[in-house]
Amino acid sequence: MTFVERAGAKYLAPMFMVSGFGMSVAVGVVRRLPHVRLRWRTLLDQMHVSGIRSLHVVLFVNFFIGMILALQLGYELSRYGQQEAVGFAVAISMVREMAPVMTAVVLAASVASAMAAELGTMKVQEEITALEVMSIDVISYLIFPRVVALTLVAPILTLLANVVGIIGGGIIAETQLNLDYGGYLTNALNALSDPGFLGLPKSLYSGIIKSTIFGFTIAVVGCASGLQATRGASGVGNSTRAAVRNSIILIIVLNFFLGKLIYT
Amino acid sequence: MIKLDNVSKAFDNQQVLDGLSFEVADGESLVIMGPSGAGKSVILKHIIGLLQADNGLVEVMGHDMLTIGGPQLQKLRRDMGYLFQHSALINWLSVFDNIALPLRETTSLSKSDIDDRVMEVLGLVHMQDAHLKFPAEISGGMQKRVGLARALCTHPKVLLYDEPEAGLDPEMSSEISRMIRRLKEELGVTSVTVTHSVNCALTVGDTLAIFEHGKILLSGPPTEVLNSDHKRVREFLSAPID
Repeated sequence: MTFVERAGAKYLAPMFMVSGFGMSVAVGVVRRLPHVRLRWRTLLDQMHVSGIRSLHVVLFVNFFIGMILALQLGYELSRYGQQEAVGFAVAISMVREMAPVMTAVVLAASVASAMAAELGTMKVQEEITALEVMSIDVISYLIFPRVVALTLVAPILTLLANVVGIIGGGIIAETQLNLDYGGYLTNALNALSDPGFLGLPKSLYSGIIKSTIFGFTIAVVGCASGLQATRGASGVGNSTRAAVRNSIILIIVLNFFLGKLIYT
Repeated sequence: MIKLDNVSKAFDNQQVLDGLSFEVADGESLVIMGPSGAGKSVILKHIIGLLQADNGLVEVMGHDMLTIGGPQLQKLRRDMGYLFQHSALINWLSVFDNIALPLRETTSLSKSDIDDRVMEVLGLVHMQDAHLKFPAEISGGMQKRVGLARALCTHPKVLLYDEPEAGLDPEMSSEISRMIRRLKEELGVTSVTVTHSVNCALTVGDTLAIFEHGKILLSGPPTEVLNSDHKRVREFLSAPID
């Protein structure tokens, strides 16, 4: 076996297998969309688990992201006498990029890891095999509610993240950059007034589209990683690590392509 | 009812089943004994369609398990019950909900019919009082009985037991074996049990098969097999307990 063949067998083959399995899970979930009526109770439970339990972390992180943006942009803009534009810059940065991405990263770290650990433990303890043996549709029973819940929750969390991020930036603008809070807010809202699809601000809905896709992706990766867990506790650990790592990589890559798609 | 003919299965380079053949008649209880890691559970997984043989025939209730798939396989599995080595109960569901799960998910029974059936099978395994408890709140033996109740709730024609006495003390192990025997006599189901336990084999089995190196070494009525002069069988049965 040549070096290239060995490298391919070691790295490429598993990567394609994992990607293929993730895709099949994603397709399985989409095909079961009519199961919403059957699974609404579990769906609400999962929305609570992935949304409410992550809310404080999402708000905390994005509040600080807004403050960091305001501080750094404010210092740089003030060198050119343009510090009034900090509201514009913070709002655009938060709504288009930072809130969707940082919210998705928080969800990858908290929700995707939890999904992978939970399903991975079920897998190694043969609970998932038991469901298969009982002819229970594992995708419909376990995966569908988790994926749909996170797909719905991610944009809602992102909207809230936008709000706290802009508020955080406003606090820095007033206390550190000596700007008027009302002026900052007006400036920020003006930045978001560019009309787009259905009269919604383009920056806002681009962030919402991104976060919806991120939510779906994170949940699929988390669930698929859990379903592929093998070999006891260490296998669950590996699947959890893979879930977080692969989710974050996909968030970053998708963010670039979605940004390119929406703004060109 | 169940027929395996010249079945082979390898994982990577390890040959686990090597020309395995046996038949289980309707209503018969077959017990398979063999060393740890020999592939006894793999046999059960072939019978229920979780694994597919590399070669040979696996036939269950007239269905070829190599070609069956999708809805047909799901329908066939509804006629089969499987008791897992570690029970494999869903942790976040109560005992009652664990047993009700296959009925809720795969049948159109009304809520009251499901409730009645769950309490009926809990009665069969003497676990009615624990129906509101969660798996983590009950002992290993009780989990086994709940697993057994779950396997029974859909009126299976075939039951597969994967080391039903594993992890249990001798008293509980005997109780589970007697319970399996009683259920076989009351319900008349066909069963395949894999075990290490001679007591379990004697209590549960109509036929005992000794399995090693991917094949059945010897099979017959349990007392005959256990008293046979087959060298390897004698070595296996007389091995000291660690």
